Amino acid sequence: MANGVIAEKNKSFFEESTNRHSGILSWLLTTDHKRIGILYLIAISAFFIVGATFGILMRLELIAPGETLMGPQTYNSFFTLHGVIMIFLFIVPGLPAIFGNFFLPLQIGARDVAFPRLNLLSWYIYILGAILVVTSLLLPGGPVDTGWTFYIPYSVRTGTNVSLAIFAAFVLGFSSILTGLNFVTTVHRMRAPGMDFFRMPLFVWGMYSTAWIQIIATPVIGITILLVMMERLFGIGIFDPSLGGDPILYQHLFWIYSHPAVYIMILPAMGIVSEIIPTFARRTIFGYKAIAFSSLAIAFVGYLVWAHHMFTSGISDTARWIFSFLTFIVALPSGVKVFNWVATMYKGSIDPKPPFLWVMSFIVLFSIGGLTGLVVGSLATDIHLHDTYFVVAHFHYVMFGGTGTIFFAGLYYWYPKMFGKMYNIKVANISVGLFFVAFNLLYFPKFILGYQGMPRRYYDYLPEFTQLHLISTIGSWIMGITLILIFANLIYSLLKGAKAPQNPWGGVTLEWHISSPPPLENFHEIPYVDHEPYDFSLLEKMKNESH
Amino acid sequence: MDQGHSKHEHHTPGYGIYIIIWLVLIGLTSITVTVAGIDFGMIALAIALFIAAIKSALVINIFMHIKFEEAIFKVFLLVSGMTLVVIFLLTFFDVYNR
Amino acid sequence: MNHTENAAAVHPVHRDDVGARMGMWLFLFTEILLFGGMFLAYAVYRFQYPEQFKIAAMELNTSLGTLNTVILLTSSLTMALSITALQKKNKFLSLVMLSMTIFFAFAFLINKYFEWGAKFSHGLYPGSEELLAKSNGEIVFFGLYYMMTGLHGLHIIIGIAILLFMLVFIIKDKVTYDNHVKLENSGLYWHLVDLIWIFLFPLFYLIH
Repeated sequence: MANGVIAEKNKSFFEESTNRHSGILSWLLTTDHKRIGILYLIAISAFFIVGATFGILMRLELIAPGETLMGPQTYNSFFTLHGVIMIFLFIVPGLPAIFGNFFLPLQIGARDVAFPRLNLLSWYIYILGAILVVTSLLLPGGPVDTGWTFYIPYSVRTGTNVSLAIFAAFVLGFSSILTGLNFVTTVHRMRAPGMDFFRMPLFVWGMYSTAWIQIIATPVIGITILLVMMERLFGIGIFDPSLGGDPILYQHLFWIYSHPAVYIMILPAMGIVSEIIPTFARRTIFGYKAIAFSSLAIAFVGYLVWAHHMFTSGISDTARWIFSFLTFIVALPSGVKVFNWVATMYKGSIDPKPPFLWVMSFIVLFSIGGLTGLVVGSLATDIHLHDTYFVVAHFHYVMFGGTGTIFFAGLYYWYPKMFGKMYNIKVANISVGLFFVAFNLLYFPKFILGYQGMPRRYYDYLPEFTQLHLISTIGSWIMGITLILIFANLIYSLLKGAKAPQNPWGGVTLEWHISSPPPLENFHEIPYVDHEPYDFSLLEKMKNESH
Repeated sequence: MDQGHSKHEHHTPGYGIYIIIWLVLIGLTSITVTVAGIDFGMIALAIALFIAAIKSALVINIFMHIKFEEAIFKVFLLVSGMTLVVIFLLTFFDVYNR
Repeated sequence: MNHTENAAAVHPVHRDDVGARMGMWLFLFTEILLFGGMFLAYAVYRFQYPEQFKIAAMELNTSLGTLNTVILLTSSLTMALSITALQKKNKFLSLVMLSMTIFFAFAFLINKYFEWGAKFSHGLYPGSEELLAKSNGEIVFFGLYYMMTGLHGLHIIIGIAILLFMLVFIIKDKVTYDNHVKLENSGLYWHLVDLIWIFLFPLFYLIH
């Protein structure tokens, strides 16, 4: 490629569009996977902030026993909405829809996903689901107060807007399914020549495994939601115990999706970790195949453990020990990943930039979360800890300390590529540190509160729990400030930041071989891939290509 | 890989095969109905489901063509089907033992 | 203008028939899991209420159910024949077979309408006094019956819409003998609807 040719084609995807419109319309009608990733980024970040706000207000209420700023009915709605928004509008779609959309095609050397128009449709469906959630807050009946798990029989008895809220979740499920369907087809049909399955980056393996869960698990929550709606609207007698229904069956159907869903949350994050560590250790990943297969293993075994959410619900003893046993097994492939990541860093040339620091924070926080998962996964201990703050701490460590942290890591890693701007490294470093402190202040006390007996979803509590609640609330304030810092740094860089080079971190996967931001068609020529994904001997050659 | 393929790469059954399969399906349906009339007790359910499975296999393989598609399609179907079976099994570990 | 040229050059029509069928199969898996969840509920409740399911099922009309089964199986045949006809460049036969498929779909729905109507007039619908007076197992049976056949019926209605679109596309030569993956995918959807009924039929109509 002569320099002259490159100079002609140096427009980015911001300047060139897939349609004939301009301005906002060219974004709203785009079929460019990169623009769709950014549309998702904006929407999902907005709802993350909304969900976090609910969380901060909840912690404000809990700063002391008794009523602080809201009554119990409001508090019940707050924790329900915090859960619904964070899970269905942030964490489940988050990494796949933003980073999967933007980078999966790039990393496999494709020009787009298999079904670009379905991709845009999935975004509109997401927006529709979000609107329905918001509407359910405002209509008479009032915001939902069942908890995000909508357990029978209360979800059938309460007068709040349950049907609308769960229908929103149903709609959001469609968005998730379309994304998953697109990614599986893309990986099978659109890899660049030479890129066989074991030359794919590990982020792609993570996204592929995630996509399968999106396809297979989501419909089960779909049908469960429809059944609850029919129960509320027509009293069909499918779950309502007074009509012969079985509330435990509801829980089975609910968790048959919702447990695999947590792997939708974590597998892309683990994929991103497998990208960041090689780049900032400047050496190839240790145990590539083990990590690739462990993603598939997690996706598969993740279907077998759901009833560990139901140990105290009345299921049979046989079921309880079987599911506890299977739960221990699912921890194994995750352990394989953590060992391999650490081994990758050994004798690597570490460059402690913000994405790497986020990943270090992740390893600590996710390990705490994962290990405490074994505590609740063990039948005997779970009897005492179920429905206490211990569980709340556990899932915040894995979901927020895990996936949430990597949401920031991925942003800080790929932002320069997506927007062509570099952010302030010093402020970023401070954010990571502040986040780690705030996070542990906010959530670690909850482990202690939990085994001391503080129940979850309780509006009020006994005076002896006051001190730990106070620490947690203070943690939430520092967390609020940190989140502002994290986003402000990025937004400022968009407006006033320095231009980012093609390869600021020295990565070698295909996205770093193209300009920042990428051109509309991704690659001027589809590359022929004849090397391993993390082959750092390529860096010298890439320095000569860069523009 | 993104050039249009104007020719079907895979074999297309003629009209005859479809009609034969249809006749088999109708036959299996009449067997199912007849068997249901005879009181076999618990086994009746097993027989009905077994025949339904055979009918499904015919529809999936021939009408839906999966027999003639690339192998990966069959792998996909197997994975999805097995997941559903496993879900049934694990649920019944609870329900059966309560 | 420049933008138009760019758009055309940059995003040439990407045709991948195998990929399109793959995507369709993946969507079908979601349907299998969707109905699978209800089949799971059915299995659990039939296990918990075996006698009451038998009693409730006596209200269902086995002949009508059998007729509907034959109708759907035949519609699958005509659907497959429609595709083969188009592949053999017989556009007219393809349209005839497709129309017959749509006709059978309507016939199924009409039977269903009469079936449900008869039950409603006997007071057997969710929330009715008669139904609530029955045992729990019978109430659950009818809940499952309406839910499963109802969702299935909804899929038939959607299927009719899809097939009508295909009819128009074939007439207008947007779907042709060498470009018909849309028709194949519509066929896949239609066969799935048939498949679901293949299981619904014995589970609701043949419990004796």
